[in-house]
Amino acid sequence: MTEPVIFDLSSPGRLGVSLPEPDVPAYPLPRGLARDDLPLPEVAENDVVRHFVRLSQFNYSIDTGFYPLGSCTMKYNPKVNEDAARLTGFAHSHPLQEATTVQGNLALMYSLQEWLKEIGGFAGVSLQPAAGAHGELTGILIIRAYHRQRGDAKRTKILIPDSAHGTNPASTSMSGMDVIELPSDARGNIDLQALRRACDDTVAALMLTNPNTLGLFEEHVREVVDQIHACGGLVYGDGANMNALLGVLRPGDLGFDVLHFNLHKTFSTPHGGGGPGSGPVGVAPALVDFLPGPIIEAVESDGDEEAPLYRPVMPARSIGRVKAFLGHFGMHVRAYTYMRMQGKSGLRAIADHAVLNANYLRTRLRGTYTIPHDRVCMHEFVAEGRWEDAPGVRALDIAKRLMDYGFHPPTNYFPLIVHEALMIEPTESESRETLDAFAEAMLTIAREARETPEVLLTAPHKTPFGRLDEVRAAKELVLCCRPVEMTDEA
Amino acid sequence: MAYIPHTERDRQAMLAAIGVSSLDELFQAVPAEVRFPDLDLPEALSEMEVMVELQALAEANVDTQHYACFLGAGAYNHFIPSVVDHILRRNEFYTAYTPYQPEISQGTLQAIFEYQSLICNLTGMDVSNASHYDGATALAEAATLALAHHREKRRTLLVSAAVHPEYRQVLRTYMQGMDVTIHGDESCCTGPDDLVRRLNDQTAMVAVQYPDFFGHIVDFAALAEATHAAGALLCVVVNPLALGMLKPPSAFQADVVVGEGQSLGIPLSFGGPYLGLFTTKNEYVRKMAGRLVGETVDSRGQRGYVLTLTPREQHIRRDKATSNICTNQGLMALASAVYLSVMGRQGLRKVAELCYHKAHYASQAIERLPRYKLWNKGPFFHEFVVACPKPPAEINEVLLEHEILGGYDLTGDYPELPNHMLLAVTEMNSKEEIDDLVSALEEASHD
Repeated sequence: MTEPVIFDLSSPGRLGVSLPEPDVPAYPLPRGLARDDLPLPEVAENDVVRHFVRLSQFNYSIDTGFYPLGSCTMKYNPKVNEDAARLTGFAHSHPLQEATTVQGNLALMYSLQEWLKEIGGFAGVSLQPAAGAHGELTGILIIRAYHRQRGDAKRTKILIPDSAHGTNPASTSMSGMDVIELPSDARGNIDLQALRRACDDTVAALMLTNPNTLGLFEEHVREVVDQIHACGGLVYGDGANMNALLGVLRPGDLGFDVLHFNLHKTFSTPHGGGGPGSGPVGVAPALVDFLPGPIIEAVESDGDEEAPLYRPVMPARSIGRVKAFLGHFGMHVRAYTYMRMQGKSGLRAIADHAVLNANYLRTRLRGTYTIPHDRVCMHEFVAEGRWEDAPGVRALDIAKRLMDYGFHPPTNYFPLIVHEALMIEPTESESRETLDAFAEAMLTIAREARETPEVLLTAPHKTPFGRLDEVRAAKELVLCCRPVEMTDEA
Repeated sequence: MAYIPHTERDRQAMLAAIGVSSLDELFQAVPAEVRFPDLDLPEALSEMEVMVELQALAEANVDTQHYACFLGAGAYNHFIPSVVDHILRRNEFYTAYTPYQPEISQGTLQAIFEYQSLICNLTGMDVSNASHYDGATALAEAATLALAHHREKRRTLLVSAAVHPEYRQVLRTYMQGMDVTIHGDESCCTGPDDLVRRLNDQTAMVAVQYPDFFGHIVDFAALAEATHAAGALLCVVVNPLALGMLKPPSAFQADVVVGEGQSLGIPLSFGGPYLGLFTTKNEYVRKMAGRLVGETVDSRGQRGYVLTLTPREQHIRRDKATSNICTNQGLMALASAVYLSVMGRQGLRKVAELCYHKAHYASQAIERLPRYKLWNKGPFFHEFVVACPKPPAEINEVLLEHEILGGYDLTGDYPELPNHMLLAVTEMNSKEEIDDLVSALEEASHD
């Protein structure tokens, strides 16, 4: 069951859209600069729609089933968010309009900044970063600028635990800083001795994911933060796992100096098959002036009657812009809508139920699956996808077999510090019945691994596509298709 | 609680299964003195109430559906066929994650493959990645590619002042820790010859814009030749919609073509989310950042698609990766793929030509006004610069009274262009709107 590529649906002279005729005189095209041929497909609207709808049906999504992809927080994406972002005044305002003509947008962004400050315990927030990794780059550049401004340019080391997301070291390199990897101890925490050894006057910061990628709350977080501060470094928080902390802990209260939020994880904006996301950055008081701008400021009005005026401003020592315009405003609207509907008590309930669901699943799977750091977890946990008495079966096979039972697999092979890792994050939006059905499938697969391992090794069987040949893709490298026939007449 | 399905019975049964007596007990690892802060946040609203509040905020804005829009400068008001948003609202597309499990993600994967193909055909380049955040960050990643290509031995970037000012700012932000010199954009109006004079064996990349920030269509063939002779790479920032009628940058041998894809079916949305285009030649594909989808077959012999060349990326290569990019603009890439499919070969050309003809009708009419002067000298696409008799901010205030969003004030970015305004005209502007603009400009010129 395959679908032709769009170029194969093309027929010369076919139109997909109706456009108005010019109502002004034609102006001569620039000589020598106009193109002769435009090799795009020619497909009727009906066929374009069917093509993309059929493609969509090849996808698994949150709206078709349970998606326990660890570290991705695949929670339900509320439909009202989508309607909100498409309101005319939001969707059809231009980013360079005068501030006085976009007060609604600026008021919304201002509120979102304020709420994120309150949730994270920070003094300032910039909504500009476009994604989590973009927030990391922003945060490390802020840290770099802070040290340099104090005349402390020798601080170039960023300490990163071995359990961290790959984006952490990559963001560090992009900022021109040096990565120092820290090992984890037997309980899944940062190894304090290794940390102590690494701390000196060349440390710019520690990047800490807390809860970490094993889903565990860093037990010595206070010591870790104090140790870094004592040597003059700053603490960067990777907020990818913020879902477990809403109303539970403000990272700023623990001494985190910078943190990025993932609006597309914690605050329900959709993942869109890979993006767009939004990665606002919150900072402690000493770093507010370094935030990327513009950020939104409220100007108190003189008269009591008038609402405050909002305007975009560049912080005094800003690291600069990290993207054009004001950030992913469409995502800001969705996150605002979500936060407004949750309110203060709803946010706490999110963390409560995300952690409840993860621990419930952990409890149901333990005994059948090895859970290397088996203690109360936060919003996710990591199991091993291997058994001594089923030698041929790997985490990958378990993942593929889960598809036959109608579930999206967990994240596999991450974090790197667990063998055959299956990283499971159920989120708060799943019912007990869904979790039970998933647990049953996992237990069945564990039996199959011993009894009929070939069923796992050749899975999936019930999906529209079987396993894909990744080696061939990398070897032949077909990254683009060209139109089969393009005729000259238009 | 919104979006949480648990009943009290569920909670009790689950807590019992875990072996704890309360939800609070699950958070013992969190230091007690900072646990469960009392957040100063508003209480929850119902969906109905939220929409009333949001509607009021949205209506507090001036928007391009009620006002005639002549504001561009990197974000443009174009017609978007209804088809595009209907496809974006397919739950299977917008609520899916990055396609890491290809057996159940062929929809996203084939759509990205088609996006890559459409963008390659439009730009004339060999390969396109699956997107960057926007045009500005795509330019910054092009610089990273160029530095890596020269193994960090060349450390100078030449950038034309006619590249979008915000893109140049973002480039400088990205490069601040990289020990790189960026110059070439000190004065607005020096042109490609000045860049040629500055080329040397330290130049890693030359970046220009096409059409440029002021709307000009410049043939960069000579610049390309000189750039290559100096051993540097040429990066061209494009408006992809203009390529509906203009020669693709491959015609003058660009090495990297980046750009803002917003004009291809993405709403203005106050600046984002948009779409960073990134294309290059085959020889640079392994230095390129971002996700790539490649064709292959599955175990049943069917044609299928997977993410490929992933060893370049952060989740494998970590600190040695070509970039830190992970989440990109997947859904926006889908939007532009649907847009380009439905506009097709004839539609995109027609839209581009409508923009061009209308912009020239507008510029000619404005030039007939006694106190305004067209600044552009050579051919331009759908934007042009007008020297105004007074500060653009004052003129725009008058235009606003006529329900017109006026042009972009260039004074801040280009002090050598005081009282100059950048106007954009698209297919959305009727002749009547343009005539209204001209008469409002005339009115605004009086004291």
